[in-house]
Amino acid sequence: MTEQAVLSADERRGLAGFAGVMIPASAEYAVPGADDPAIVADMVSTLGRDAPWVRAALQRLDALAEGCFADLPEARREDVAHRLREEGGAALATLCRVVLQCYYRDDRVLLSLGIEPRPPFPKGHVLEQGDWSLLDPVRQRASMWRRVE
Amino acid sequence: MADTVDVLIIGAGASGAAVAWSLAETKMRIVCLEQGGWTRPEEFPSTGRDWEARQNGDFATSPNVRARPADYPINDDNSPIKVVNFNGVGGSTVLYTGHFPRLHPSDFKVRTLDGVADDWPVDYETLAPFFAENDRMMGVSGLAGDPAYPPKQPQMKPLPLGRTGARWGQAMNSLGWHWWPSDTTLATEAYEGRAACINLGHCTPGCAQGAKGSVDITYWPAALRAGVDLRTGCRVREIVTNDAGMATGVIYYDAEGVERFQAAEVVVLACNGVGTPRLLLNSASARFPEGLANSSGLVGRNLMFHPYIQVFGYSDEAVDGNRGSPLCLWSKEFYETDPARDFVRGYMFQFNRGTGPVSEAVISTENGRLPFGKEHHTVFRRSLHRKMSLSVVVEDLPEAHNRVTLDPVLKDGHGIPAPKVDYTVGENSRRMIEHGVARAKRILAAAGCGDIGVQNPILYGGWHLLGTARMGTDPERSVVSEWGRCHDVKNLFIVDGSIFVTAGAVNPTSTIQALALYIADQMKQRLATLFD
Ligand SMILES: Cc1cc2nc3c(=O)[nH]c(=O)nc-3n(C[C@H](O)[C@H](O)[C@H](O)COP(=O)(O)OP(=O)(O)OC[C@H]3O[C@@H](n4cnc5c(N)ncnc54)[C@H](O)[C@@H]3O)c2cc1C
Repeated sequence: MTEQAVLSADERRGLAGFAGVMIPASAEYAVPGADDPAIVADMVSTLGRDAPWVRAALQRLDALAEGCFADLPEARREDVAHRLREEGGAALATLCRVVLQCYYRDDRVLLSLGIEPRPPFPKGHVLEQGDWSLLDPVRQRASMWRRVE
Repeated sequence: MADTVDVLIIGAGASGAAVAWSLAETKMRIVCLEQGGWTRPEEFPSTGRDWEARQNGDFATSPNVRARPADYPINDDNSPIKVVNFNGVGGSTVLYTGHFPRLHPSDFKVRTLDGVADDWPVDYETLAPFFAENDRMMGVSGLAGDPAYPPKQPQMKPLPLGRTGARWGQAMNSLGWHWWPSDTTLATEAYEGRAACINLGHCTPGCAQGAKGSVDITYWPAALRAGVDLRTGCRVREIVTNDAGMATGVIYYDAEGVERFQAAEVVVLACNGVGTPRLLLNSASARFPEGLANSSGLVGRNLMFHPYIQVFGYSDEAVDGNRGSPLCLWSKEFYETDPARDFVRGYMFQFNRGTGPVSEAVISTENGRLPFGKEHHTVFRRSLHRKMSLSVVVEDLPEAHNRVTLDPVLKDGHGIPAPKVDYTVGENSRRMIEHGVARAKRILAAAGCGDIGVQNPILYGGWHLLGTARMGTDPERSVVSEWGRCHDVKNLFIVDGSIFVTAGAVNPTSTIQALALYIADQMKQRLATLFD
């Protein structure tokens, strides 16, 4: 599926506009916003089965904006996005998830969080054993399972 | 393929695999029909950068969301808990978390001990050798000496405590409450061809490394070597019976969608607590108008889920997050009945580690914790890898109105009527939940966590599907006998979670499989008189 086939240009601008309200760029943490072109492109190209819900949420944003959400000035976009959040619903939940799942797999974002940008397999992770002497008081407890006879 | 096989097993999940392996030593001709296929390790989400996203797509736990061709839809609109499963070789163990407690001895005697529900027709002692045999086949890690259980000996050392586990341990010690490293089927050492766990931290959507003991890599290779014929992509539509009321075989659709009949001397149902009643109800005939094996009217009734309530908080420093198995410890402090409480039976605490960045962000956005705008970054950085959560795992009692029926409209890809689930959380469970949540909050506070939240119940938490074709000695009050044979159809057996009489308050797979091995053993011992 090509990017164009999934969302129209206006829908794509709406998606970027909403993503930017959700997660703006931060100079403090040196991270892009979720409206960064590479992150939005990831969202669009991997929408798959979420496309109908995302489209529905974007239409709802336009309805709340009484026009084109993407064309609103920034402060109004924030206002409309917050109104949709208050409304809730499955379409909004899907839209938010789509934004978050692409934002939090972007290399720049993961590196800023101290996470190596890679899948879990094949390297896995190192987990410390922890202090097993913590279990000593429990080992000393009397048997506590209920006898049936 | 109409030539008659000796044993036809329907479903290649936890119980079907165990029965196939056990019966194989008889050298009978055994065929297993499974509607799904094999999953290759490289297909699992943890091999790709989209590992978290795929939990909402092709590796979703809900068959309604996953919607693969092997899945059948389930109408669970009228249930606060949604059914989750996996349909393929390995069944739901492909997606299970591998937490592997056994039922307790008292769980088999609830009527005698507490005056509720019914006693089981088998007990812990009878199942003990089959628990042990199953542990050997599945490969269990854990620690001997748990005062909450009769003695048992896991094959491998327990999972690491890690930082999160140590915090849980300190908290429980400060309260003087029981806790213990969980029995799990995650290999902590090399075991029977499985490599030791390297902490992918993403066990539930399938273990790409093969450390998790799902039955596609434990029982099935052994059963296939012993000669069992496993046919994938074969969805059974109905079990066919003759005038004598005996099963003659099944009608199924093969991988090409062609309708076929497979004749069999013995049919074994292993489709789980939703799939099995569905198939029995879909097998209604003139002789069995209310569904097959349903003269008691109990097929589909008494569905038990174990309501799961998740209580979570955030610690003041980073803990393990997703960098280890999601589950690590249990507590049985409130498991057994205490007459001083306003409920009977009890619950288990199941302690979790944490989640990855996407899951943290999605869940915290949904529950309103994570704001939109500039503040998002600060709050997220205060949350990531700091979440600690535990589940209150509640024993729900069998209630006839909690049930699986056939949906009048919904159908699967082959046009076979789909199941409908009606379920409410009972009054005893509600009181138990209140008790458990209050204590879970104390545990979190003792672990130094703030920002405490509750998800009651976990929405997609219908992973334990139990009770819908229960065992018993009285044909009017049960569907199968004390050794798994249907009272109404003498060559039809049920071996999956639907035969549970009560649910206990632990994850059921260890007990489901021990029961399946016990039933297979009974069949082997009674071969000469199997249909008497
Ligand atoms: C996300 C998740 C986490 C879980 N975590 C745990 C855990 O930590 N510990 C634990 O003990 N349990 C856990 N469980 C539950 C565990 O997986 C089940 O208890 C166990 O697999 C049930 O075994 P079963 O044999 O009854 O059914 P299943 O394993 O579900 O197998 C049933 C099989 O039958 C097949 N089938 C159904 N209908 C048909 C048909 N008409 N024709 C052909 N084939 C059919 C299905 O495709 C499936 O493969 C979890 C489950 C899930 C989904």
